[in-house]
Amino acid sequence: MSFNAGKLVPVLIAVAVIAVLPAVVPSFIVFDLIFVAAYAIAVLGLVVLTGMNGQISLGHGAFMALGGYVAAVLAHNAGIPYWIGVPLAAIACGVVGILIGMIALRLAGVYLALATFSLAVATPSFLKHYKSITGGFGGMSLDTVKAPSWFPLDAQHWLYYVTWAVVGVCFLLSALLVQGKFGRALRALRDNPVAAVSFGINPYYYKTLAFGWSAVLAGIAGAFFAIATAFVSPDTFSFALSITLLIGAVLGGILTFWGALVGALVIEFLPLVAQQVNAAAPSVVYGVTLILMMLFVPDGIVGGVQRLIRRFVPPKPSQPAFQPSAPSAAPIAADQPSRE
Amino acid sequence: MKPFVRKAGIGMFAAAFALAMTGSTVAPAWAADPGVSDTEIILGGTHPYSGPASAYGNIGKGIGAYFEYVNDHGGVNGRKIKYIDKDDGYSPPQAVQLVHQLVEQEHVFAIFDTLGTAVNTAIRPYLNQNNVPQLFVATGATTWGKDYQKFPWTIGWQPDYQAEAILYAQDIVRSHPKAKIGVLYQNDDYGEDYNAGLKKGLGKHADMITKMASYETSDPSVGSQIATLKAAGCDTFMIFATPKFAIQAMVLAAQQSWHPLTYLNNVSNAIPYMNAAMKAGGPSAVNGVITTYYLKDPANHARYAGDKGMKLYFEIMDKYLPKGDKDDGNYLYGVSIAYTMVDVLKRAGKDLTRKKVMDIATHLTESDNPLAYPGVVIKTAPNFRYPITQMIAAKWLGTDWSPTGLLVDTRSMMTTAEK
Repeated sequence: MSFNAGKLVPVLIAVAVIAVLPAVVPSFIVFDLIFVAAYAIAVLGLVVLTGMNGQISLGHGAFMALGGYVAAVLAHNAGIPYWIGVPLAAIACGVVGILIGMIALRLAGVYLALATFSLAVATPSFLKHYKSITGGFGGMSLDTVKAPSWFPLDAQHWLYYVTWAVVGVCFLLSALLVQGKFGRALRALRDNPVAAVSFGINPYYYKTLAFGWSAVLAGIAGAFFAIATAFVSPDTFSFALSITLLIGAVLGGILTFWGALVGALVIEFLPLVAQQVNAAAPSVVYGVTLILMMLFVPDGIVGGVQRLIRRFVPPKPSQPAFQPSAPSAAPIAADQPSRE
Repeated sequence: MKPFVRKAGIGMFAAAFALAMTGSTVAPAWAADPGVSDTEIILGGTHPYSGPASAYGNIGKGIGAYFEYVNDHGGVNGRKIKYIDKDDGYSPPQAVQLVHQLVEQEHVFAIFDTLGTAVNTAIRPYLNQNNVPQLFVATGATTWGKDYQKFPWTIGWQPDYQAEAILYAQDIVRSHPKAKIGVLYQNDDYGEDYNAGLKKGLGKHADMITKMASYETSDPSVGSQIATLKAAGCDTFMIFATPKFAIQAMVLAAQQSWHPLTYLNNVSNAIPYMNAAMKAGGPSAVNGVITTYYLKDPANHARYAGDKGMKLYFEIMDKYLPKGDKDDGNYLYGVSIAYTMVDVLKRAGKDLTRKKVMDIATHLTESDNPLAYPGVVIKTAPNFRYPITQMIAAKWLGTDWSPTGLLVDTRSMMTTAEK
């Protein structure tokens, strides 16, 4: 990965802001930001799957449920600590994600969206049915996270920093995964599958792996969702959650990793802001905001900001005039590794 | 988010980080009780104003209307009630976040009438850890009355679902000892609580239950369940279902020419629902159906024509919720439970503390709730936390519910502590 200042500075600023925020915002916002972190990981999964590879999933809430319940059941029924439970949740989601990814290969576009949506709809009934394991409709209360003794702040801050550190790891691993050959293959399959296959790209391998990885991310997100709430129930992972995640990805900017971060902020705080604007009809405010944003910034907030920046700051002349093999007409992600 | 980001300018980085590390931003301990000033008491709550259970949002509106009424009449011991009600969309994680906000930012004195079993289970540990009262939760699950030793700051209000089912069971054993019972229930904790109560009430006669059929809230119709119960030869029909499915059940039974003795759970017995069932299924769908009551029914205009409590309800609705449907029992539920809340605050007196309020709430005898069914006394003790245990059975005769017999108290049947 070739680093340059233009790419690295925004990342460092983001890290600094995340590190400092708990000191300057009220404690309940710190708590909300833990959920933002979880959303960011899940939405990142959609950026990789939908943005980079063009597979639309309306079922990522189901993977979040799987991840959340694996971590919760292990902790609740077997006393397994979260630091083991979360990786196991990720692995479980990876396996199931690859299996479903194989099925997804046969479906495209809206058919895949519908098939994955049925997954999201079926999940709550499934969770209710196996109540001896899942606690049924009433769910399971979990122990709240405790900070280790060397950590100077309270448990909520501990969970905040741990969750955001995991966000960092997920973003880094995803960046490594989609750079270079793998990323080009994903985008080529998205933009022109026939051409991609004729260039020797194996769609089965890449599409299945993309689905598996995005399921892993959703699973990790679900586990942190459960840990932060200290409670899981079928209502925690309603089918609406899957739609919320896609809304976040699209509003944030589905073509860039930054979009995952911005999208997570939007889906966490837009409903709360909507309540402040109009307590009687928050969903109307929410819906109108969505429609307006789709009208004026169809490529998401990050895409809109990038267009603004390009308008006022022309590209540096030092960049090569000729850029071979631009993979798509879509704007290139800000945090993508530069092309060779 | 912009304000936060702006605040966290890079220049502040070093200083702020040092600040964070000293732990000076950790929430203060609850030295003095928040949410009470000389002029104000702040109460917080959440209701589902959006999502699958949004019909219950009207409970929150009813509560708000009653608090406004109280404030316009001098408040509580000289203090006005400030009521902050948020939309949790019936989602436990959302409710947990909102409750954190209510406690840590709005500094509410107590959380009041949060709705739904899952939502209340999710927020209960946090509120109990922080000694914030979780008063009169809007769910009839048994855990609120049973697990008070572990969660002393939490208390329910409405009758326990199990208690209601016990009443039906006793009625069956007494009047129909040869009944073959068929049960339609919602496949969740709500339905399971009813089933548990039914079995408990039948006791050694539990083998009277001939067939049980469950449905999911996502099912379009309960037609096949009705056919199953009919085919099993059941002559007594328990409907443990939310309104939409309860109406379907009555209509479809009549359409399949199945005319059992029907027991209908309380949450689905509002007169508009009964009229809907009668319209679709004919009079035979609803005639003779048995149910229970613990509050007055706002749609039953004839019965409560001169009733003082109902007059108050209509006055409050006209003034503070003129656009609300007065026949909707959810508004009445809200006004009624808010009355209990205000009653507790009044009795706690001028020196209001959270501990004192819990004390009053667990030593309560409220016999004058204007919207409780006449004679229902809301009664608690430190080791008995099922505030409403009395109900009256009623039978549908033609156009209206007619109370049968006397108020029944299920007090002695409740589980009082988890060992």
